[in-house]
Amino acid sequence: MSEGSPIFRLEGVSKLFPGVKALDQVNLNLYPGKVTALIGENGAGKSTLVKTMTGIYQPDEGQIVFDDKPIQFSSPQDSHQLGITAIHQETVLFDNLSVAENVFLGNYPRKHGLFVDWQAMFDNTQQILTSINAEIDPKANLGGLSIGQKHMVAIARALSIDAKVVVLDEPTAALSHHEIQELYDLVEQLKADGKAILFITHKFDEIFRIADYYTVFRDGRYIGEGRICDTNEESLVEMMVARRIEDTYPKQDADIGDVVLDVTSLSHPTEFDDINLTLRKGEILGVYGLVGSGRTEAMQALFGANHSVSGQIRIDGETVTINSPAEAINQGIVYVPEERQKQGIVLELPIYQNISLPQLSALSKNACVDLDDEMNLARQFGERLRVKTSSWNEQVGNLSGGNQQKVVIAKWLATNPKVIILDEPTKGIDIGSKAAVHAFMSELVQLGLSVIMVSSELPEILGMSDRILVMSEGRLVGELDRSEATPEQVVTLATGGVAA
Amino acid sequence: MTTNTITKKNSVPDFLPVGKLNKFVRWESFLVIILFGVCVLNSFLSPYFLDPWNLSDATFNFTEKALIALPMALLIIAREIDISVAAIIALSSTVMGLVSELGAPLYAVVVTGIAVGGLCGLCNGLLVTKFAIPSIVVTIGTMSLFRGISYIILGDEVLKNYPDGFDFFGQGYVYWVVSFEFVTFIIFALVFYWLLHKSIFGRRTFAIGNNPDAAYYSGINVNRHKLILFVLVGLMSGVAAVLLTSRLGSTRPSIAMGWELSIITMVVLGGVSILGGSGTIGGVVLAVILMGMVTFGMGLVNIPGIVMTIIVGLMLMFVVSLPVLISMYKAKRQRQV
Amino acid sequence: MKPFLANSREGFLALVVVVMFFAIGLIAQDFVSISNIVSIFNDTSILMILALGQMLVIVTRCIDLSVAANVAFTGMLVAMTNNMYPELPVALLIALALAVGALLGAINGVFVWLLKVPSIVITLGTMSVYRGMTFLISDGNWINSHQMSAAFIDLPRAVILGIPVLGWLAILFILAAFVLLRFTEWGRNFYSAGGNPTAAFYSGVNVGKVQFYAFLVSGTLSGLCGYLWVSRFAVAYVDVANGFELQVVAACVIGGVSIMGGLGSVFGVVMGALFIGVVNNALPVIGVSPFWQMAISGAVIIAAVIANSRSGKSKGRIILRDREASQAAVAVK
Repeated sequence: MSEGSPIFRLEGVSKLFPGVKALDQVNLNLYPGKVTALIGENGAGKSTLVKTMTGIYQPDEGQIVFDDKPIQFSSPQDSHQLGITAIHQETVLFDNLSVAENVFLGNYPRKHGLFVDWQAMFDNTQQILTSINAEIDPKANLGGLSIGQKHMVAIARALSIDAKVVVLDEPTAALSHHEIQELYDLVEQLKADGKAILFITHKFDEIFRIADYYTVFRDGRYIGEGRICDTNEESLVEMMVARRIEDTYPKQDADIGDVVLDVTSLSHPTEFDDINLTLRKGEILGVYGLVGSGRTEAMQALFGANHSVSGQIRIDGETVTINSPAEAINQGIVYVPEERQKQGIVLELPIYQNISLPQLSALSKNACVDLDDEMNLARQFGERLRVKTSSWNEQVGNLSGGNQQKVVIAKWLATNPKVIILDEPTKGIDIGSKAAVHAFMSELVQLGLSVIMVSSELPEILGMSDRILVMSEGRLVGELDRSEATPEQVVTLATGGVAA
Repeated sequence: MTTNTITKKNSVPDFLPVGKLNKFVRWESFLVIILFGVCVLNSFLSPYFLDPWNLSDATFNFTEKALIALPMALLIIAREIDISVAAIIALSSTVMGLVSELGAPLYAVVVTGIAVGGLCGLCNGLLVTKFAIPSIVVTIGTMSLFRGISYIILGDEVLKNYPDGFDFFGQGYVYWVVSFEFVTFIIFALVFYWLLHKSIFGRRTFAIGNNPDAAYYSGINVNRHKLILFVLVGLMSGVAAVLLTSRLGSTRPSIAMGWELSIITMVVLGGVSILGGSGTIGGVVLAVILMGMVTFGMGLVNIPGIVMTIIVGLMLMFVVSLPVLISMYKAKRQRQV
Repeated sequence: MKPFLANSREGFLALVVVVMFFAIGLIAQDFVSISNIVSIFNDTSILMILALGQMLVIVTRCIDLSVAANVAFTGMLVAMTNNMYPELPVALLIALALAVGALLGAINGVFVWLLKVPSIVITLGTMSVYRGMTFLISDGNWINSHQMSAAFIDLPRAVILGIPVLGWLAILFILAAFVLLRFTEWGRNFYSAGGNPTAAFYSGVNVGKVQFYAFLVSGTLSGLCGYLWVSRFAVAYVDVANGFELQVVAACVIGGVSIMGGLGSVFGVVMGALFIGVVNNALPVIGVSPFWQMAISGAVIIAAVIANSRSGKSKGRIILRDREASQAAVAVK
């Protein structure tokens, strides 16, 4: 690299897990006062890298060089004390403790050598929070803060130790538009203070907005690096996936028929209000909204998994009551959850038992499951979704993320639904599988199903939907037709309600 | 498995040819070997061991606990636990004693005993499902509550007037050396085997135990399922109370004190994961018989009962540590390779 | 003070204990007196000391059911030692009790720390092992007061400034627990390890080791209470403190310690223990049979956890009011 020398380097670092080489001789350079973006698909080894940098994992090969000296971490605390700090994907903070303690945990200011100096802790925390323009009470319990505020506390924690290297692992994934702007400002401030920043993200607009350098990983291997100003999105994607994705959004036209689902003033006391929507046969309805806009909550209400909901739901013109997922499934509404491993699938059970789970009663004689029928069902729908597996008795936990998602969809298709709700269907799936899921959505609607797709990825929403609903702060704020929707319009609607 | 191993038209088979034995099958064969060893040892220790009447006597010291271990296995697989079972026996036994004093007929006494058990189970189940409180805390509370009610009713009194024929349940024989208690156990073991391994109820139990959220999102009524499991445990505790009260011929509030420990040990020793999600009835039945034979063997050589408590405790600690020790050993070997 | 009493759970509980105390005083005239307050506190001392140890264990997401068996074993051991060697100073016996208690606690801790075994199962196991060992060392025999030395029996009863040594010990441990948990990193680690083990690990806290310390402390305090118990009641036998572990857990749960870990205060636990103490002392005074005691603690445990679950019920995400709430927060500033 041309200008300056890196403060932090990884040289030929490898990390092995039983059966997997998560990192294979990777290199990384971080420069003081610069932002380096780390780019790679899911499974490229990004989170392993963060854990290796912060002492959670120890590398099996290669070395970590900090300030031109090779170093070794035996615990997370070692790296923390050297001034390497990470703001992890899921905020790893303590809801049961005060803000100040979250900032200084592991590094308490002391009195008389032994005792925790609470006053100093509160004062210092106040100072740091003020410096980043966060209006948070240091004495408040962290559990009562919003996600955005928690991020601010995590950043304050990073600043409390005079960090030299700051890792931001997908920091904007859970933030509102307004909060993202604040975060960008903060990154600029960190740069000005001369800190070396590693910024991990999926979003290309972010990379071009704030990064100075980039490094690309693929399948645990180092692919290349360079200056952002010397590259463009296309070549980055090419490095990421080693092939051009011609059309990730193979939207094909389907015949759109009568109204299947008609929802009137669906409301919840605290989560969403007055949601009205109609869904036609063969239609893909995109629901766009930022994280925390109430979109997932509203969709879960349609599926009966959210309580104290009022409003009217009509299916094929008939009013129905849905108070539990079981009732929704009976009415032909199924839901592919965003949190696949937590809500979508039982990892410890074999594929065929996962597929039959929602309709055990239908498959049983005298309260016993008929194994032949069950296997037929699994085979039929597993093949249709082209699940890659060694047998239908394979544990779902042994499949890749994309194949797990296929099993979830197969499970629901087997129930012969009318409406299928897909909540962030391609989250955490590599680009190749993404295209497969999108192609399959088109296939579904051609078969006469109706799809509601919740997504926070604009290209996906714009590329796949026949109609787009936009949600903000628990309310429906707009409806756009495929032909008239532009990215600017959608974003403006989704963020319009945010007090700036 | 009876189904075809390889399907013709498809490259993806239903089942892979069984090469590696299932983990729990291995655990069960391990239990069988130990059980065999204990029996051989016992027959060396005492010439009386293999006498049919002695063996029949030996079954009495575990059948009542084993009856509760069966539904407890299902409950633990579904990620819940009930440590109030011994207290349920006490309350059920107390109420049976009371209605007997009032001159209730035989069938009414039995029905009351089982019904009180069921109600206690319902109470546990409702507290766990309605208020979303961890079952360990709920049943620590109801454990003192149920036994406490027995103490309030009886104080230090003893009840011992039961209707004619009541002694049959705990002391009678169905045929030759085969006791009514043992037959009851065998029947319920078969019922619970069917329930866990054949019926859709069992399927749902495993799904809930492995991932309660995914089970709920797949349309399973998780709370109702757990409630049924708690009621089942309560009902079976009621059945055990009938047998135990009949066998002892008396009721006092301290009846079955500490049984929850042996029952949970039986379940864990039988290969049921204390974290939920896996286990078999076959394993539990083997563990039950194994523990019965060890107790019996110690009785033959005059080792006091409290020593058995130590052994049960040590077995429990050993069995729950074993999977961790094995995986540590494997990891160590892998690192060396 | 006023908002404190009204707002916090602990404050509310303190209020309940005080109101209950005076309400019983209305029925039984002699109940409300300085000497009775001292006597209730003294009677509750062992429960309070054990509950403080149990709190650490529960805060780190574990449970220790072996405390009462530990009390029985160490109690029997020091009583027998005293019987055999009456000339040994009591201080040495107390040191023995602490050491043996610590060892028994450490056994639990090692299983939880190094073998990652669920604490409920391990302590259920050690509970019967320790109780069985008590039988083995004593052969089922009792050690009665006449077999104990005068110094052994007198120590917890000696009155200093109107309060027996037993009560002073409780006060000492309450203050020590407060200082350690509030003002040392060692103490704060219990809360971080129990509140969010993953985050604690990322922050360099060894969660397993913290759990080990919790069991070690719980065991050490149980050992001390073993001595206190047998000397106070001047008798040692196998069934000493049988079932007492439930009262200890009850004191914690009533005092607001969350069974899910991460939450619990010294003040709350003391109030929880005093609640049980006042009830136990009041029953004979208001003419209720002591056989009610067990059912009442059961009912109170259930009521307390229901109250806890209600107050902590998932607040969910308040999306609709988000803006108003954040504006309100700004306005307050």
